[in-house]
Amino acid sequence: MTLHTLNRPPSDRALLDDCIAALVADDTLLLLEDGVYCALAGLELPAGVRCVALAADVAARGIGDRLATGIEVVDDIGFVELCCHHSRVASWF
Amino acid sequence: MSHSKTFLIISRRPPYGSSHARDALDTALTTAVFEQPVAMLFQGDGVLQLLKGQEPAAVRQKNLGATLSALPMYDIENLYACADALAQRGLTQDDLILPVQPLDRAGIAALIRNHDVVLNF
Amino acid sequence: MNFSLLVYAAPHSRQAAETAYRFAVAALAQGHGIHRVFFYGDGVHNGSALASPPQDECDLPARWQALAKEHELDLVVCIAAAVRRGVLDANEARRYEKPGHNLREGFELSGLGQLAEAAIHSDRLITFGA
Repeated sequence: MTLHTLNRPPSDRALLDDCIAALVADDTLLLLEDGVYCALAGLELPAGVRCVALAADVAARGIGDRLATGIEVVDDIGFVELCCHHSRVASWF
Repeated sequence: MSHSKTFLIISRRPPYGSSHARDALDTALTTAVFEQPVAMLFQGDGVLQLLKGQEPAAVRQKNLGATLSALPMYDIENLYACADALAQRGLTQDDLILPVQPLDRAGIAALIRNHDVVLNF
Repeated sequence: MNFSLLVYAAPHSRQAAETAYRFAVAALAQGHGIHRVFFYGDGVHNGSALASPPQDECDLPARWQALAKEHELDLVVCIAAAVRRGVLDANEARRYEKPGHNLREGFELSGLGQLAEAAIHSDRLITFGA
């Protein structure tokens, strides 16, 4: 189980593709900073991959009402807990 | 050292335009000096670090390719490249300064899962 | 759980350093340990004593320093990355014959080996990059 973080917007397509290619079932993708914009249109992720967005970044950018269905919001404590519940953290930036 | 962890360094930026490629390489070399098993994965534009014929003297930088070709001397022999990234750029093994194992998507996902520490640059 | 953080982004120009700080605060509040915060690449600017943001903006170097004091954190700035970018302690200023030094109290300069050591001796290493 790997926690992946992504902090760039979907216009950085090459990064997004590399990140998504690395995801397998039971992994979690955490969108943070500009990465939360990937939650607007949503992402096509492999089966069994959970997608969450960091609350402070969602609120800062005014997109709380615009998130695609299936994307959960977690706060900073939730971020820490995700790190605990996964064996490693890979950061895509 | 009592603890041992396996490290995967993912390098996905091209050389010279930013310090990412150099920082990835320095991290890999330093980790190897600590006698930890280190693998490197070149992904995206990072595969361009592997091109033969780099001559960075005119941009006043050290030759990254020359340092990369020394990786096996530091016992960093598990070198991988994203097969799609190579193909998209029209690169084959003959274009590269040292041999790397091409990996497909499933191979990359498995590689990440098989290492304790993953460092992206 | 014991975390180490790799901060690979400068304050102000990128959000990542601020995210790392918030993560550290949240982890400590949850009773977790922070083995080390390692500043690499442009992240070395988090260790500057001379950063002077306007009063209504976040002074991240000062906040790292205060957090480190409160929780006895090990804040390590990569020496090779730092001296290249002009973040020097008194020793390095002397060595390179520079007119001043600017490493903030609470931070120390050390080698990249400290990143490897942190990864080996922590349960998780989390990178905050740009």
